[in-house]
Amino acid sequence: MYRAIQTFLVALCLLVSCLATGLRAQEDIRPLVDALGATSFPQKIEAVKALAASGNPKVGDILNNLNDGKLYAPKTGGVVYLEGPTDGVYLDVLTGAAATEVPGNLAKIRLNNGLRGAISTALSQLTLLSPDRSARLAASKDLLKDANPDNLTLLNSALAQEKDAEVKATMEAARAVILLKTDASAEDKKAAIDTIAERGNRDALTPLTAAMETAPDDLKPAIQTHINTITRSLALWDVAQNVWYGLSLGSVLLLAAIGLAITFGVMGIINMAHGEMVMLGAYTTYVVQQTIAAVAPCLTDYTLAFAVPAAFLFTGLVGVGIERSVIRWLYGRPLETLLATWGISLILQQAIRTIFGPTNRQVDNPSWMSGVFEAGGLAITYNRMWIIVFSLGVFVALLLLLKRSKFGLQMRAVTQNRRMASSMGIRTPWVDALTFGLGSGIAGMAGVALSQIDNVSPNLGQNYIIDSFMVVVFGGVGNLWGTLVGALTLGIANKFLEPYAGAVLGKILILVFIILFIQRRPRGLFALKGRAVEQ
Amino acid sequence: MITQMLFMRHEKKTLWAVFLIMLAAAFVPLANLLIPEGSAFHVPGYLVPLLGKYLCYALLALALDLVWGYCGILSLGHGAFFALGGYAMGMYLMRQIGDRGVYANPLLPDFMVFLNWQELPWYWYGFNHFAFAALMVLLVPGLLAFVFGWFAFRSRVTGVYLSIITQAMTYALLLAFFRNEMGFGGNNGLTDFKEILGFNVQAGGTRAALFAATAIALALALVLSSAIVRSKYGKVLVGVRDAESRTRFLGYRVENMKLFIFTVSAMMAGVAGALYVPQVGIINPGEFAPANSIEVVIWTAVGGRGTLIGPVIGAVLVNFGKSIFTAAFPEFWLFALGALFVATTLFLPKGVVGTVQQFLARRKEQKKADAVEQAYQDKATAKAESQLAILEPQAAE
Repeated sequence: MYRAIQTFLVALCLLVSCLATGLRAQEDIRPLVDALGATSFPQKIEAVKALAASGNPKVGDILNNLNDGKLYAPKTGGVVYLEGPTDGVYLDVLTGAAATEVPGNLAKIRLNNGLRGAISTALSQLTLLSPDRSARLAASKDLLKDANPDNLTLLNSALAQEKDAEVKATMEAARAVILLKTDASAEDKKAAIDTIAERGNRDALTPLTAAMETAPDDLKPAIQTHINTITRSLALWDVAQNVWYGLSLGSVLLLAAIGLAITFGVMGIINMAHGEMVMLGAYTTYVVQQTIAAVAPCLTDYTLAFAVPAAFLFTGLVGVGIERSVIRWLYGRPLETLLATWGISLILQQAIRTIFGPTNRQVDNPSWMSGVFEAGGLAITYNRMWIIVFSLGVFVALLLLLKRSKFGLQMRAVTQNRRMASSMGIRTPWVDALTFGLGSGIAGMAGVALSQIDNVSPNLGQNYIIDSFMVVVFGGVGNLWGTLVGALTLGIANKFLEPYAGAVLGKILILVFIILFIQRRPRGLFALKGRAVEQ
Repeated sequence: MITQMLFMRHEKKTLWAVFLIMLAAAFVPLANLLIPEGSAFHVPGYLVPLLGKYLCYALLALALDLVWGYCGILSLGHGAFFALGGYAMGMYLMRQIGDRGVYANPLLPDFMVFLNWQELPWYWYGFNHFAFAALMVLLVPGLLAFVFGWFAFRSRVTGVYLSIITQAMTYALLLAFFRNEMGFGGNNGLTDFKEILGFNVQAGGTRAALFAATAIALALALVLSSAIVRSKYGKVLVGVRDAESRTRFLGYRVENMKLFIFTVSAMMAGVAGALYVPQVGIINPGEFAPANSIEVVIWTAVGGRGTLIGPVIGAVLVNFGKSIFTAAFPEFWLFALGALFVATTLFLPKGVVGTVQQFLARRKEQKKADAVEQAYQDKATAKAESQLAILEPQAAE
């Protein structure tokens, strides 16, 4: 009997709320609020939904209070009160004034998971009316994904107030999706379908496919055409997205390999410690970050601006040190540089492990490198985008250094004909040391970039060394353009294989491809020609 | 005649090494099983598989030395052949478990039951026979090396490029064997072995026998390598190492010579892997790691490449050092290994054996020179004396 009355009450409230969207006097929602004190959870959920749909500005506070367990009601149902500042004092939910004549059998309104879910959905719907634009956009996107006909009223009122074009478009799409679910007229539905199709992305595909089932027969061809158009454009965007991922991977490979292209490609040293130079660069970033956090926290966002030159100088110096102490004794014996530098890489790894410990170190993204933005159908993360920009920047700078500067000229002279260069007065030992330092320094800068997307651990370098060698060998030794083309090709090929073959198998296929490719062109994509090669 | 070929054409050093290894093959098992525990000559049970492991590594290093020291092919993928041999043996040992596994499936190994496989993959057939598995230990690495080498040597991929693509090969295999879908136990590999040829793998007697088998295999490999190296073919091989184009222009088919030695070497590595697995009790994809293959290179380099006993000595020395170091100062092992790499390449480019040989050769030369000098001086003194003798009577007069 009691339950029947309550159900009736809730139904009445729903009706009232639907009819009286224009009237938002406080007392309109009082029955709804009191319905929160109902004895069964389904009734409470109904009440929460009804409250959310009412569009009353107080609803947010009420629902938050409910969520925090601050609302009380008689055990048998009835008027709902808000917990007061002290025990035994209760307030009116709507006015906040101290309540008189409180019944004695008050108990906290209990929640369950279903009710909590309803509350959070309701709260997110309420943000449709929030003054914050991004909150409204997010809420309308949520609504688009999970269109519930109950929200139509709320959405209509939000649409009426909305000024921002993008938010408005999203809301209209959400409204159209909802309309398709209701029994609106065929014309309205046709308009709704067109509105949805205009969005042209995955969000549009799902409701259209769902609408195919229920739509009247005369609408079906229109829906099908829309679906086909959207599928086609989505397929194109998928390709574009894969290219983007590939570019992103390729730029990482380029960064890791470009220093190697100098030491291996230009000097003929198989530098197995190259990966460790990358790792040192990443740890330099960590140290710079900790220092800035301790000394000048206001500069936190500019950590990378300090880390890049610091890493370049530090790893460059380490590189010069290695060249002067070990490598200069091994010129002309490339296979032995491999062994010696492998030994150096083991020492560096263990040194870092001893100093910083074996676990990963946390390097934070600055604010301008975190987050995502959408360009058409592409989701682009800022950190990946900046890494692409950075690696291209490093590439161009290096190219200019090699082709336009005096040092670059000397370097090329020494690699082409050491004795002749020496006879012309170039100090070849200096050029060797600086070249190796340059290659190492670039590896260090790569480490700064990689610290933003990978774990900073002593094994960081090991993960990149084989890939870097593949890029250099594939692209062709002694040619920076080859490294660029090689890195981007391998990156894109890898990302295109991944959906079909899986990440691991894709990588295996790439390795096999490179092994076979080397058979066809033993000196890579862009091979140097001439007598200097045959040494 | 075969005996003649086997014994007459070897260096004395190699024969000594073979003799010592055979002595170890007899002594270690006997000292482990027969001499009572209190005695100073007793070899404790834990040491037998450890020594056996060293000898497996020695065999692997010898295999690498054949291609690197004598033919100039620096393979950074010999760990792959070793691991493939190991997997072939591991598959045999897996099949021997039968229904004694955790899931007691008579046909499928435990990991396949765990992955919900219904039937044995085709490539697991036959591995319940030891003879078939033994054949595969030789064939699989050999075939891979043959195909790989056939492509690589024919297209004249040499030097650094060859090293890098061998590394790519072992890396690709590493990734492949990590996949559960491959049917080789994925990440965990093959382990939990029970029996080999009907004997308990864990038992002292089996371990002693496995050690003896490893030592004999190593001795045979030394004899075989020595026969290859000292044959006419071996001489040309050294020619390929030192001047490839010149050898080619003299009319030798360089790619075929390389292919032969590469394949033989891979088979030897496979045997080493097969003997390794029952002694350590596990084979997993980690054995394919490029770092392992590079470590083999350093054993060979430390011992002395281009000599036959060098890699054997190097492998045993470095691994003995590793056992001691990792027990005493685990932190510093990588420092020590790294320093060893650097020091060997800088100061001992010929390795321990090579340097000692060089030293001895120089002393011999010196002695010879001294002797010549001495003889010359003796002669001169004699002449002077005789002249003096002629003059003396005059002076006396």
